[in-house]
Amino acid sequence: MTFAEFSIDFGLACLIAALAAFAYGAGAGIWGGRNADRRFVDSARRAVYAATALLVICVVTLEAAFLRSDFSLALVADHSSTTTPTLYKMTALWGSQGGSLLLWAFVLSIASSGVLFATRHKHREVVPWATAVLCGLGLFFCGLMLFAGGANPFERLSPVPAEGAGLNPLLRHPAMAIHPPMLYSGYVLFSIPFAFAIGALIARRLDASWIRSTRRFALLAWMFLSVGILLGAGWSYVELGWGGYWGWDPVENASLMPWLVGTAFLHSIMVQERRGMLKVWNVSLICATFALSLLGTFLVRSGILQSIHAFGESTVGTPLLLLIAAVLIGSTVLIVLRLSHLRSERRVESMASREAVFLVNNVLLVGLAVIVFWGTFFPLISEAITGERSTLAAPWFDQYVTPLAILVVLFTGIGPLLAWRKVSAGRALRLFGPPTAFAGVVLIALFVLTDSASEPGALIMFTFAAFAVAGLIGEFLRGASAQKALTGDGWVMSLGRVVVRNRRRYGGYIVHAGIIMAFVSIAASSSFQDTDDVRMLPGDSTTVGDYELTYVRPTAFRDLEEQRLTFGSIVEVRRDGEVVETLTPSRNYYSSSSTGTVRSFFEGEATSEVGRSGGASEDFWTAMRPDLTEPAIEDFIATADQRIDRITIPDELPDPATPGGQATMRQIAADRSALQGIAITNLEGRFEDGQIPVDFRINVNPLVIWIWIGGAVGVIGALLAAWPTASARRRRVSDVYAARLAKDLNRA
Amino acid sequence: MEAVLLTLFVVAAVALFVSIPLRPGAKNAEERIEDPELAELEARKEAKYREIRDAELDREQGKLSQADWARADAELRRDAIEILREIDALEARKSRLSPRH
Amino acid sequence: MDPDRKRKIRLVVALSVAVLLATALVYTSFSASTEAKSPSELLADTPAGSVEAYGKVLTEETLPDGSREFVIADPEDAAATVPVTYEGQVPDPFREGRDVIVTGEMVDGTLIAEKDSLITKCPSKFSDEAEEDPNIVIDESL
Repeated sequence: MTFAEFSIDFGLACLIAALAAFAYGAGAGIWGGRNADRRFVDSARRAVYAATALLVICVVTLEAAFLRSDFSLALVADHSSTTTPTLYKMTALWGSQGGSLLLWAFVLSIASSGVLFATRHKHREVVPWATAVLCGLGLFFCGLMLFAGGANPFERLSPVPAEGAGLNPLLRHPAMAIHPPMLYSGYVLFSIPFAFAIGALIARRLDASWIRSTRRFALLAWMFLSVGILLGAGWSYVELGWGGYWGWDPVENASLMPWLVGTAFLHSIMVQERRGMLKVWNVSLICATFALSLLGTFLVRSGILQSIHAFGESTVGTPLLLLIAAVLIGSTVLIVLRLSHLRSERRVESMASREAVFLVNNVLLVGLAVIVFWGTFFPLISEAITGERSTLAAPWFDQYVTPLAILVVLFTGIGPLLAWRKVSAGRALRLFGPPTAFAGVVLIALFVLTDSASEPGALIMFTFAAFAVAGLIGEFLRGASAQKALTGDGWVMSLGRVVVRNRRRYGGYIVHAGIIMAFVSIAASSSFQDTDDVRMLPGDSTTVGDYELTYVRPTAFRDLEEQRLTFGSIVEVRRDGEVVETLTPSRNYYSSSSTGTVRSFFEGEATSEVGRSGGASEDFWTAMRPDLTEPAIEDFIATADQRIDRITIPDELPDPATPGGQATMRQIAADRSALQGIAITNLEGRFEDGQIPVDFRINVNPLVIWIWIGGAVGVIGALLAAWPTASARRRRVSDVYAARLAKDLNRA
Repeated sequence: MEAVLLTLFVVAAVALFVSIPLRPGAKNAEERIEDPELAELEARKEAKYREIRDAELDREQGKLSQADWARADAELRRDAIEILREIDALEARKSRLSPRH
Repeated sequence: MDPDRKRKIRLVVALSVAVLLATALVYTSFSASTEAKSPSELLADTPAGSVEAYGKVLTEETLPDGSREFVIADPEDAAATVPVTYEGQVPDPFREGRDVIVTGEMVDGTLIAEKDSLITKCPSKFSDEAEEDPNIVIDESL
């Protein structure tokens, strides 16, 4: 047995052992919880550590198989090839059912190890049950891999193919490479606060301590989910010949719903931590967030909804659905049983308080999630009610989401300006006055100086955003000035110090700033987009918005290694008569097989290379698509293929069973390759010199770059808010010291 | 056949690892666990401190008038002292019960 | 008014608003939706108004003016086919053999599609059949 074969067997053994470890961990956790037996809780925690190590081995084994192009593994043969670039060989692991389930289990085990290590001396009553829940989830996903059909990443192929299928060229993009791990990390990390919430419910320990230990995991989950969503939207915008970043497609919505409810959760827990309120909200929100995360995982692979991403029927759909049902039913029952323990310690004193705004915020975000949920599942709902499957398209979503999104932006601005309990009576004017005035000025300016009034929704969004931004700036200035008064330092120092000393608050404000940026640019780029579809010949020009586009000339080249033919263009973009940018949008044609025909290039995958020129104020975007039915191209392809066949294929075919026959077959293949190369060169010339019409789609998208910038700002803010405070670190050291001291005193 | 043996070997290694706390000579697991009641009081103390700091920040930022802040701060400090007293009482009770004395 | 009563009133108002909005949501969704139909359903009972058709592309042709004519087949009954006339954005993965969704109105047996309403599904990642035969096979072309 070779080392390669051994490593595959070893990897599979580790996966089975991980299943066993999770199964044991779930049982030991339950036993340790019911009987307050600490030994079994520690043993269960070790089971999680073990499962983590085992899953690491599984991942390493599979990645090694990808790197050496070991096609005895179905996973590698189906998603990689010898010509796939190394980066995509490694990221192809999660391009398959088995691989993505393994990724889920892998991230789950690492996060679980982390949180269980951090809480190994804490939460005596909650941790056993949380461990059991996490192990149960690990058991489920490992079980899916091993027992659901077609989901085993270690499945072998026999006979071993000589070459793999390669990665779909649409996915050969860095954003697409890390989009799944980002999304999955987001989904999986929500399981940590979920598990602790369930543990807290079972153990009746419903104070804020379960939140304190898992708050950072929730924040990290939110961060990863945000990055994953932004990557998907960004990839769609720059890679697909469609020019949009969001289509309200079911799979997109599947990632948005947990994000919305997760955002509500992150805000709502602040209220419970400080004021002991909204306890029922918090446990309900985290259970809903996690259920929606599972739903997101389910939607992508179930095929129950028509979607651009739907990956077809699969065997793991039903089990996932059952798990989601179990999570929902189990959490609901637990919450109802423990309602008496979830009573708020206080009441909302005034509507002009942070607590009240956070409550409104919960309602708005959950409302948005409900709308998205309803629209996404409407085909199934309508089928159940009327017998007819009906779908709701993007305009319906826009119609309902826009007003709520506008309100969310408004409250993003109101919240930071308020205090806990209530704001003093006279202060409201001083706090709200300047931002409101600023918003008023912005409203008038936009009304008078631009045509924003044509889109009232966008105009209102901009006005509220101006209010919110002004409010945030006020918060930073007030904080800095108070700090300055205290220490006498300069403005910059004071600002830095107050932000660092109040990381959670100011980190949150930075996240708000990012969100506002993103919402404003979404409103601008969707409401005020200029777009045109035009067919042009070389030399033609067209006007879109303030720009003039000239199709200067066609280009053609090929990449032998990637088996790709590119028909492209050089276009000049002018504004006010001046050439602003020269772009090269193109279309790539990937050969579908190595049969040595010219037509194979046009029967494989085709992708667009977008021509894009972006600035702070707007993006110029264009994609092209040559008309290949033009006789100069179409006829040539047909005759070229005929000639290649006539030249290379002998009247009598050799017998492939004999060595001589095989040699002849190889020679034929080589001849065909060479002739194909000559034909392609000829074809390239025809495209470059001929007058082949090309369809251009041109978009001018205002402010679109601020979506990504806003997202980045939001992520930075989240990191800042999650950063451990120095005092927390000091406290941990003194805990350990105190424990050791007590132990020493005991022995003495 | 080798695959089955391999799997059993790995599972055995895992079993060895997870059973360490269950063996008779294992360290007393109870020792370093924090007392949940104490933990809850500590959490409430931290929350109360955060409320006091937040109220101060709110006053600095002009959201609370001096009078409102003074009232809230006094109430919060009263609550905090109450919690500290409870912590002391709990710790005293524990040290009385522990074998040290 | 004592705080408890204020809270109850607030709760009632909030719930009423929620119920009203939910009703509006449900009502408009049924009227704003388009029915999803397979080609065999379209052939059996041609509906009036906008309909969303889905199926696998059998043949496709680009006309000189850039518009497309293609035929979609029912995924469950390859014999049931509907021709489609389409103008507008054509997604990158569109070609024969791909699953598509397109919205339009049936006129004389042909679906006249709404502009830019064509959606093409990305090739399946999770199905059992491999998209391409990974072996180098010469007799495909022989």
